[in-house]
Amino acid sequence: MTPSASTPAAPRYDGVAIAAHWLLALAIVLNLSLGFYMHDLELSPLRLRLFNWHKWAGITILALSALRLAWRLTHAPPADLPMPAWQRIAARAVHRAFYVLFFAVPLAGWGYSTAAGFPVVWFGVLPLPDWVPVDRAWAEALKATHRVAASTLALLVLLHVAAALKHHVIDRDGLLRRMRPFQR
Amino acid sequence: MIRTLFMLLAGLAMATGATQAQTVDSAGSELTFVTRQMGVPVEGRFARWSAQIALDPRKPEAGQVVLRIQMDSVAFAAPEVTAEAQRAVWLDTARFPQAVFQSKGIRAAGGGRYELAGSLTLKGRSHDMVVPVTLTQSGAKGIATGNFTVRRSDYRIGEGEWTDASLVAHEVQVRFRIALSGLPTS
Repeated sequence: MTPSASTPAAPRYDGVAIAAHWLLALAIVLNLSLGFYMHDLELSPLRLRLFNWHKWAGITILALSALRLAWRLTHAPPADLPMPAWQRIAARAVHRAFYVLFFAVPLAGWGYSTAAGFPVVWFGVLPLPDWVPVDRAWAEALKATHRVAASTLALLVLLHVAAALKHHVIDRDGLLRRMRPFQR
Repeated sequence: MIRTLFMLLAGLAMATGATQAQTVDSAGSELTFVTRQMGVPVEGRFARWSAQIALDPRKPEAGQVVLRIQMDSVAFAAPEVTAEAQRAVWLDTARFPQAVFQSKGIRAAGGGRYELAGSLTLKGRSHDMVVPVTLTQSGAKGIATGNFTVRRSDYRIGEGEWTDASLVAHEVQVRFRIALSGLPTS
């Protein structure tokens, strides 16, 4: 009998939080991968398509993240499992950083695109407002911000996955059950 | 040789024509265009161009307009797009350094509006078009503005894999603002 099966009443995240977690996890990992793949491609029809898809996905992630943050602020997550204080502090810091980056990464990308002379048109249909000037210096600064923020997000994703697996495989404390989908 | 002959003829036309030529004030003038890439408007401009304009609002049909654009002065906000635009599949600025609009007839449309019929020679091809112009005159000075559409496919701008209109629209919106002085005053 596994420890998780012995604690069937352990509190879980609610259904909306779980759905948002996995949907956005998939979208964010795919869009990060796309960004790292496409950023130094030569100018070509493929590059043009990938850049636009990346921007559409990024804006979608930004919008869903706003909804997710609103949900998170109004729906308390389950209480922490027993763990050393440093782990609890580290987990909370990573979660806070995640939420900051869910906004910082797409916003910097949007601003970079605008400053470089490519206003963002969501799915090629909805023109989004320009909130930075078309300017070389702005473009360079926001490009660097986008790259550093996205790289940080990628590193934190790896850390988050490693920590979750550590709880599952080494601690065997049933932590993953709190976020497991398709389960009552 | 042909160029010399053309200039001679143009000079002759100027000398014999009744209409006085105007001076273009480059500081207040600009020539820009908007391409649409997957629905995204991307603006470019030409930094160097010249216009010979001889227009008398009292008898516009006697007027003449010649616009010459230095194609390697094309510029976008993104330097990689500027470099791309000069390549052979796009504007091929090395082989076709200049684009020329030559008017063939000017018609007054009332209220300071004119229709310039003429031909645009771009990347070695010529097509007839009509350019609407609005002239706002104040004394001898005036501002001529207008916009018109150039179909890039008519001039083979964007060849091969770039002919796909779902990537880059075939319609390119060109806008101009030309500050003039030396307009005849009545």
